[in-house]
Amino acid sequence: MAERGLNIIVCVKHVPETAEAEIKIDSTGKAIEKAGLVFDINECDDYALEEAVRVKEKFGGSVIAVTVGPEDADSTLRKCLARGADKAIRLTDATFGGSDGYAIAKILHNAIKGLPFDLVLTGALAGDDGCTMVGPILAELLRIPHATMVKKIELGEGVAKVNRELEGGLEEAVEVELPAVLTVQTGINEPRYVSILGIRKAMKKEIKVLGLADIGLSENDVGEAGSWIKIESMFVPPVEKQAEFIKGTPEEIAAKIVEIIKSRGLI
Amino acid sequence: MAEIFVLAEHRQGRIRDITFEMLTKGKKLTEQINADLTVVLLGKEAKEHARTLSEYAKKVLLIEDTKLENFNSEAYQRVLSNLINEHKPLLLMIGHTSFGVDLAPSLAASLKLPLATDCIDLEFDDETFLVTRQMYGGKVNVRARVRKAESYVVTIRQAAFEAQKPAMNGEIIEKPSSLAEEITKKRFIGYVLPPPGGVDITAADMLIGIGRGIKDENNIPTVEELAKSLGGVLACSRPIVDKGWLPSDRQVGSSGKTVKPKLYIAFGISGAFQHVLGMKNSDLIIAINKDPNAPIFSFSDYGVVEDMFKILSPLQSKICELKGQKT
Repeated sequence: MAERGLNIIVCVKHVPETAEAEIKIDSTGKAIEKAGLVFDINECDDYALEEAVRVKEKFGGSVIAVTVGPEDADSTLRKCLARGADKAIRLTDATFGGSDGYAIAKILHNAIKGLPFDLVLTGALAGDDGCTMVGPILAELLRIPHATMVKKIELGEGVAKVNRELEGGLEEAVEVELPAVLTVQTGINEPRYVSILGIRKAMKKEIKVLGLADIGLSENDVGEAGSWIKIESMFVPPVEKQAEFIKGTPEEIAAKIVEIIKSRGLI
Repeated sequence: MAEIFVLAEHRQGRIRDITFEMLTKGKKLTEQINADLTVVLLGKEAKEHARTLSEYAKKVLLIEDTKLENFNSEAYQRVLSNLINEHKPLLLMIGHTSFGVDLAPSLAASLKLPLATDCIDLEFDDETFLVTRQMYGGKVNVRARVRKAESYVVTIRQAAFEAQKPAMNGEIIEKPSSLAEEITKKRFIGYVLPPPGGVDITAADMLIGIGRGIKDENNIPTVEELAKSLGGVLACSRPIVDKGWLPSDRQVGSSGKTVKPKLYIAFGISGAFQHVLGMKNSDLIIAINKDPNAPIFSFSDYGVVEDMFKILSPLQSKICELKGQKT
């Protein structure tokens, strides 16, 4: 490993930032309105990419960033290239629409199975669909082991020793034979800041675009036909405990909050 | 008769809550579709767990093997694949936990069975299997149809169903382990405990929680000041710890602490499920968020739709006024 470095593939997703945004269900009733939302690299994938670049810096080797998405997803791939990825591949086809995590894993599998790699990294979950399945399914299709929700990676000769996040602050240490797929949790590292110069340099790097036929899949493997689940309807979650809204000027609101806290005998 | 399997989850000698929550939902489903409920228990010496679980299901399938002592997705996948091929259950329920997300996707893919993850509801409608799950951090729900198959696999969100004890008297069936060779590709080494923290947020009567809305590390002292004036303690959601702005002992949620203070004020916390799981049982919850549709408002007693920074300063003054302190 020390002699030839490590070849790493990082699977990333271009997703809308919705944690801080107000979102609306669109007229199909099956998706959200995307207009006005800011798209960026999926949060966990950002940490996965940073981890890949750190491994490359330590051991040598290469990093290839791969995504399944429309042309817009190039901005996420550019970010990966600016951060230190050497190559980028975008998998795009009209038939990919409606793909769930299973179909996405099949697309990624066919795109990367012929490439040399020691490690495949991706985020533990996507901020849009929250499926938490692409990484381990990809591992199964590649017939290699996996570890999910990884908070720490230590590489040895032919193995990765990782810490997996469990519940309540507990972690477990697991050893996985390489090559392997690891899905990365947020907080594993501190993703680096990308300089303007870095982004400019990355503009010159090529993004390879591949479609359905290029990766040897058929229409039945992808999209809704190749998926396990199909969205029937989207709706606002029912309320468990409806908050009573406090309105007014900031001063009035503050006074009311203090009154509530006082009435409970807490001040 | 059709069979529903629930995979028992246990760790360090304890059956985890998600198991009983799944069994409760599983029992309801079996009544609706006239099926049998079976709990699958894999472990090293797990007879005591088997006796406990026998009160929740018609059957307990117990497989003991030293290789099953600690959770290992590779070992579990091999044993479960054999069980599923043999029994062909209509449905296999696995917890959407760290353990379940490591196991269910590769198991389903290897058996070519459809999987729906992080489900909060399940429904058999004639020949159709439908699931309800959340997207966009809990801001919307979707109802999804699962591709028709002989067997289905689902992972179930924690606390989506309330556990009830049905007082059944299930039969415990011991089965031989099908794990012949050693597990080589993946090896459990040990548990890693969180570093001892300086602050115990679970002991505080009043918690002021901050989330992504805080925007910048430099804004934290203002909220900490407010917490101090109130006599409370500063807590936070996951992104704040991920950014290294507060230590992990301040984190509320499924991967942090579960808290139940007398007062929880959430500033700029959208209310992703993982956070809500850790604080929704607080006595009084007040949430301040600029997004009127933030999920946090569905779990709060009082809500304020406003920029948190507009509220902080007047709130600080009002509290100090009341306590007779100088601002």
